[in-house]
Amino acid sequence: MSDIEKRKIEKKKFAINKTYAEINARIKAGEAVVVTAEEMVDVVKQEGSVEAARRIDVVTTGTFSTMCSSGAFFNFGQTTPTIKAQKVWINKVAAYGGLAAIDCYMGVTETMEDDPLNQVFPGEFRYGGGHIIEDLVAGKKVYLEAKAYPTDCYANTKCKKELTLADMNYALLCNPRNGYQNYNCAVNFSDKTVYTYMGSLKPKCRNANYCSAGALSPLLNDPLYRTTGIGTRIFLGGGVGYVTFNGSQHNPAAPRGENGVPTRPAGTMMVQGDLKQMSAEWLRGISIQGYGCSMAVGLGVPIPILNEEMARFTGVSDEELFTHVVDYGHDYTNCISRDYGQVSYAQLKSGIIDVAGKKVKTSPLSSIVKAREIAEILKGWIKDGKFHLGEPVDYFPTADFSFKD
Amino acid sequence: MYTRIYLLRYPKETADQPIIYYLVKRYDVQFNILKADIRPHQIGIMILELKGQKENVKEALEYLHSLDVTAERLAGKVNRDEKKCFQCGACTGICPVGALYIQRPEMEVIFDPEKCTACGLCVTGCPVRAMEVCFDPATDGVDVTAPV
Ligand code: SF4
Ligand code: SF4
Repeated sequence: MSDIEKRKIEKKKFAINKTYAEINARIKAGEAVVVTAEEMVDVVKQEGSVEAARRIDVVTTGTFSTMCSSGAFFNFGQTTPTIKAQKVWINKVAAYGGLAAIDCYMGVTETMEDDPLNQVFPGEFRYGGGHIIEDLVAGKKVYLEAKAYPTDCYANTKCKKELTLADMNYALLCNPRNGYQNYNCAVNFSDKTVYTYMGSLKPKCRNANYCSAGALSPLLNDPLYRTTGIGTRIFLGGGVGYVTFNGSQHNPAAPRGENGVPTRPAGTMMVQGDLKQMSAEWLRGISIQGYGCSMAVGLGVPIPILNEEMARFTGVSDEELFTHVVDYGHDYTNCISRDYGQVSYAQLKSGIIDVAGKKVKTSPLSSIVKAREIAEILKGWIKDGKFHLGEPVDYFPTADFSFKD
Repeated sequence: MYTRIYLLRYPKETADQPIIYYLVKRYDVQFNILKADIRPHQIGIMILELKGQKENVKEALEYLHSLDVTAERLAGKVNRDEKKCFQCGACTGICPVGALYIQRPEMEVIFDPEKCTACGLCVTGCPVRAMEVCFDPATDGVDVTAPV
């Protein structure tokens, strides 16, 4: 049985059954009822999931934080004579040129050629691929250099030019792994400070960092990828983008709680969108001390409330979302799968958690303020009839799940 | 209570005098030494938090001036570029004195310049370099940004 057939059979179980077409018609008519994932918590608590599903059409989510595995494809235009660029640099940051004559891919963790990296530890990593994408969407000029071997059809061997995003023939933000569904809470049990992609962690477990928008996070509100699939239209970097595949490292088999939500890093999304309509406010070059460069990506996924199950999923609160505490001083680097217990996002957001019998101060790395702003912007777009839902043409690999009660 | 943080610069001659002792005894102020680098016969540096009645703190400062010890407010030495800051919260785990903290339940990241000791740890800790140290030319060459 295909996924789509399975979904058709499942549909019959519900008291409320809405289609994408019905919801989109309501959006067009300016009648759609839209709330953010934070607001949905109270709606479901007060009205119950069936009533909530009857009344609410769309729940908007949002997240804004560092997302490695992001980057952009550029087609930077031909030279005279023509060139088949083999090596490409933009502002001294290498892009991958092995695609075609003048296509390249700039990845966000790429650093400048002469960056001292971690030679003076911890390195600062001031400028990299993410900063280039930010500069381009901010309208700044960048300096492109390319080297090539000559052929009969592409005679040029080098090119240097200044250009802006508007000068590019094509610019596609293409992030193979964004919006991690849940992530570890990081501590450090070693004797020295460690500088990780989870921030700097003091020795002997004196602080804990976590990185998720919790109740606002896209995939924590659609834990089984019931509506987030290939073709889902989303808020991406301030513009409109699409979910185009499950992301790299997508792991639906991660352990889940009774509400179906993973308690460890699980699902991921690959997302794409036209870079030219995005904004530097929502794509930010990142320098993580001692670790490297990256980019913060603003991402918002609308979740259609097709039935009471989706209402229940999106009604999840920080108290019902959990993650594990992992040691980045020794365990993570040495691939030791051990954890120091489970904590809820409500506990993490309170500022103090218990780890191995000790009170530890927590800091977020993912912006809740901006996540909320994204969910609000997306809500506005939908209410104004400017944004319609994309119905997935296919779905991510998922896990079997149904609510017990 | 009135609380202010100052960067004190001692002339060579006063480096070996018990100035802080007199400060407390005569002016009834509480103090907290956040950083000190004082060696005999050298210009000394101290980052001092003074707490007490406003008049007492003022008089204590006048006393310091009379000894040729300069006291410079540190508030305002570190700035947050509000346009750059994206409210991630990473700095709240880095700031040793709680000048960067989270306001709940909004989860807003607040910067309180009055509490800041200008240690500079957040400058490289902030992933978008929103925290900037801006010193007067008068303090140039004095490395108060080195970690305590
Ligand atoms: S780390 Fe930087 S961007 Fe993040 S909240 Fe602090 S000042 Fe703002
Ligand atoms: S300079 Fe030091 S004290 Fe001031 S806000 Fe930054 S970390 Fe805190």
